[in-house]
Amino acid sequence: MSKAVSVLNGAQYTGIAKVEDAGLQGMITLRGDLGSKALKAAVKAATGAEVPAQGSVNVAKNGAVAWMSTDELLLLVPYEDAVAKTAEVAEALKGEHALAVNVSDARAFFRLSGEGAREVLGKVSPVDFDAAAFVPGQFRRSRLAQVAGAFWLNEDGSFYIVCFRSVGEYVFKLLSTAAHPQSKVGVY
Amino acid sequence: MLILECPYCGVKAEETELAAGGEAHLKRFGPGSSDDEFHDYLFMRENPKGVHFERWRHANGCGKWFHAARCTMTLEVFGTYTAQTSVPTQEIQDKIAAKRPGWTWREFADGKK
Ligand SMILES: [Zn+2]
Repeated sequence: MSKAVSVLNGAQYTGIAKVEDAGLQGMITLRGDLGSKALKAAVKAATGAEVPAQGSVNVAKNGAVAWMSTDELLLLVPYEDAVAKTAEVAEALKGEHALAVNVSDARAFFRLSGEGAREVLGKVSPVDFDAAAFVPGQFRRSRLAQVAGAFWLNEDGSFYIVCFRSVGEYVFKLLSTAAHPQSKVGVY
Repeated sequence: MLILECPYCGVKAEETELAAGGEAHLKRFGPGSSDDEFHDYLFMRENPKGVHFERWRHANGCGKWFHAARCTMTLEVFGTYTAQTSVPTQEIQDKIAAKRPGWTWREFADGKK
């Protein structure tokens, strides 16, 4: 089998914030009844995290779960475990109206950190990034300029950003441009 | 700028995160209907100056369809509500009546159940 690499193979850019290709990340799209006992148990078993509340992400030691919609979650697991964990989740939800799909290779994953992180994201997304409005653990699906994207804020002030792999290079260049050293606006 | 709160994810979405889906609560006339009914279903739309009901989709977001009631003249938003209804909910009708007493829209009107 060929060696898997992430969309920009670890590319980085540093300006008013640091933009990094965050590497290969296992991602499983799970649709189903988020209130179901079997689903909650399957999510916990796969990620170590509980099903999150609306608009948030729960992070555990080796995984995370993000709230995508009223009937959809995004499970984050180690890349090398994604195939096995997708099968485990599917097996655990046999008979339920649910669907688990490994989307790891269809996604790009970035980390945005540093002083200017809120500002950089604020330039490309129509979301309020004021410290009071966007807090750690909050997860939001929105757009990154012209393409769909999702992101959450970590306790250390950095963001993780998820988008389609097909637009990964676009998003990296977009964030890098927004992070140009002389482009500080100073709103956040 | 138009801002609508998605009733499914609670996000206050700005217009560029949404996709407009046209007039709300259309009744479909398909096979078996008369030519006039089919014509009206396809082409006849409300174009009010005032209270209006629309379908929107949270496209850059949860992806769900929902309904919105707003005023086309002032852009005031009365509220958004579930897509799982074929008529404006009583709750949204009450909200509109509080701000636009005597409102009418198609077969719906203030005080009419
Ligand atoms: Zn939504």
